[in-house]
Amino acid sequence: MTTVLFYILGFIMLTATLLCITRRNPVHAVIYLVAGFFALALMFYLLGAPLAAAWQIIVYAGAIMVLFLFIIMMLGLAPQETPEGPGWRRWGPLVLLSASLMVCTVLLIMQDPAAGKEIGDFYLAPQAVGESLFGRYVLAVEMVSFQLLFATIGAYLLGRPLSKGEGQ
Amino acid sequence: MRNFWRDIKGTLQPFWITLGYLFKKPVTIQYPEEKRTPPPRYRARLVLTRDPNGGERCVACQLCSAACPVDCISMQAAEDEDGRRYAAWFRINFSRCIFCGLCTEACPTLAIQTTADYEICNREVLNLVYEKQDLLIESGGKDTEYNFYKHSGIGVAQVRGEGEEEHGPVDPKSLMP
Amino acid sequence: MNEMLISLALILVKLGLIFGVVLTMAAYLVLAERKILGRMQLRYGPNRIGPGGMIEPMCDVIKLITKEDFIPDRADKWVFLFAPGLTALTALLSFAVVPFAPPLTLFGREIPMVVCDLNIGLLYIFGLSSLAVYGVVLGGWASNSKYSLLGAMRGLAQLLSYELALGLALVPVVMSAKSFSLTEIVMAQSTWPNILQHPLAFIIFMISVTAESKRTPFDMPEAENEIVAGFHTEYSGMRLGLFFVGEYSNLIVIGAMTTVFFLGGWHGPFLPPVVWFIMKVLFVAFIFIWMRGSMPRPRYDQLMHFGWKVLIPLALLNVVVSGAIRIALN
Repeated sequence: MTTVLFYILGFIMLTATLLCITRRNPVHAVIYLVAGFFALALMFYLLGAPLAAAWQIIVYAGAIMVLFLFIIMMLGLAPQETPEGPGWRRWGPLVLLSASLMVCTVLLIMQDPAAGKEIGDFYLAPQAVGESLFGRYVLAVEMVSFQLLFATIGAYLLGRPLSKGEGQ
Repeated sequence: MRNFWRDIKGTLQPFWITLGYLFKKPVTIQYPEEKRTPPPRYRARLVLTRDPNGGERCVACQLCSAACPVDCISMQAAEDEDGRRYAAWFRINFSRCIFCGLCTEACPTLAIQTTADYEICNREVLNLVYEKQDLLIESGGKDTEYNFYKHSGIGVAQVRGEGEEEHGPVDPKSLMP
Repeated sequence: MNEMLISLALILVKLGLIFGVVLTMAAYLVLAERKILGRMQLRYGPNRIGPGGMIEPMCDVIKLITKEDFIPDRADKWVFLFAPGLTALTALLSFAVVPFAPPLTLFGREIPMVVCDLNIGLLYIFGLSSLAVYGVVLGGWASNSKYSLLGAMRGLAQLLSYELALGLALVPVVMSAKSFSLTEIVMAQSTWPNILQHPLAFIIFMISVTAESKRTPFDMPEAENEIVAGFHTEYSGMRLGLFFVGEYSNLIVIGAMTTVFFLGGWHGPFLPPVVWFIMKVLFVAFIFIWMRGSMPRPRYDQLMHFGWKVLIPLALLNVVVSGAIRIALN
């Protein structure tokens, strides 16, 4: 069961990503990419890492892709003319992918009603992730967070309003 | 810091006020069941009044029709044998009337007057076109004593165009070049 | 296999029950909101149809269904069509992890009073609320109207910014429950509710959750006197209705979240747990309606300023302080 689901999810993910990079309309591409992220999150869940699945949804689908959309909307990149061809050709793939994602989710829930038990051979509890992040890998985590801090400061420096006599 | 507490107060005070209003009795008048008594000079449905003797006050002078900003009043003037003018027909289209009351101000004979009857809505627009018999009431309205013809006297009984240097009445339809 | 079928049947029954209750509650919350707002403004609110206007929600639904489903010219048709559904779906799916009573023992088997007790329940709700942005953004973008686009961009920036403060406000709650599971968070509050333990977190949570739900003090995405109706300007009929189903189910989700995270869930004296839970949810919903009747809308830059420069530092400080207290007490 797990193996079958794995391959189905993998197929969905690859198709969605492929469709994402071939779309003309950036907003449509973002929608396909989000569908792909969903498949990825489900796959994480299937592999026994619910925390990674949740981060996948919250951070990638919920925050980063939304920022992409923000930029696309702000720059007005989306073409205004409606593409030719019937609707099902453009959206049929997405409908199929979402439907199969739905089925996979239902199968996962059916297999695991209490959702606390193991699905595969391996299960990573959120507590274990926290302990290893702030115990064994604390140095790496801190280094990465400092990197992010530097990046934030750099972005501020680049984006701050110019004072007089500067930038001429 | 003073501003901080002021802001906190300004944020919380509205909650207290709205909570107080929640338990007050609403001021709404629930229309079909409860009805407000309009003030006596309320401007709603127009009527044509009669003088103390029971005769029509309207002399078909067209002043109300001219004053009307939406042109909802129309009439045809006619004359009695004794020279007393009256409206052969008088029509107010209440679907156009804006109840401004300018016609009543223009009326030299106090014939057209406003009443407080505001419930004249109708689903059929043509039912809102009131003819003379719909407009005439058996009352003097706001001033029951006033009688225009008592002040002015009734006009000349002589037929129009019979005077020495008088032209006959102009037929506007024959003026076409 | 048999065991699995029984669990599946139980899940479906609970799902149906919750959907029924939530949708009915959402419909009547619309009525309650209109009536309460009316009374706050010394009006009666809707009271024409049925005793006290009780049939009004049904009439609204009939009206919305029979209205024309209008799609603007040059709109991105498919995105336009599915965006409202996305909003309603994300709000409704959140109920899957909300525990509304302690586990019940029926016929010798323990039935948890929650559709699916995920051990990352909090993150699940959080993920769904971050996905709710897509309904707003895609709906606004696909309408091909400047007001919709402005509303969508405002909604996007607002939801994204306040999600951070929302998440940080919940960190102390997770710390004291030592779990992401909503059931365990409620269990941890059996002695006293979290609102007494973490009052600052509660205030930050309430403010940011108001912004998340796009309700009146923070309703910039649909500010009707600036940008017509924001992201749902071009919607009509039942698709507009779906946005409202989403909004009012979201109100119940917020009520349930506040109840679970801060007000002690189903715990309470004398009355049965489910009654306590529903009462608390309705109380929170009343507070949100009350807030709508009392507060003006800030300017958009004030909202961003408040979110990033006040709420997030405050929430971070709160996390550090409550963590330090926790360590000091142990």
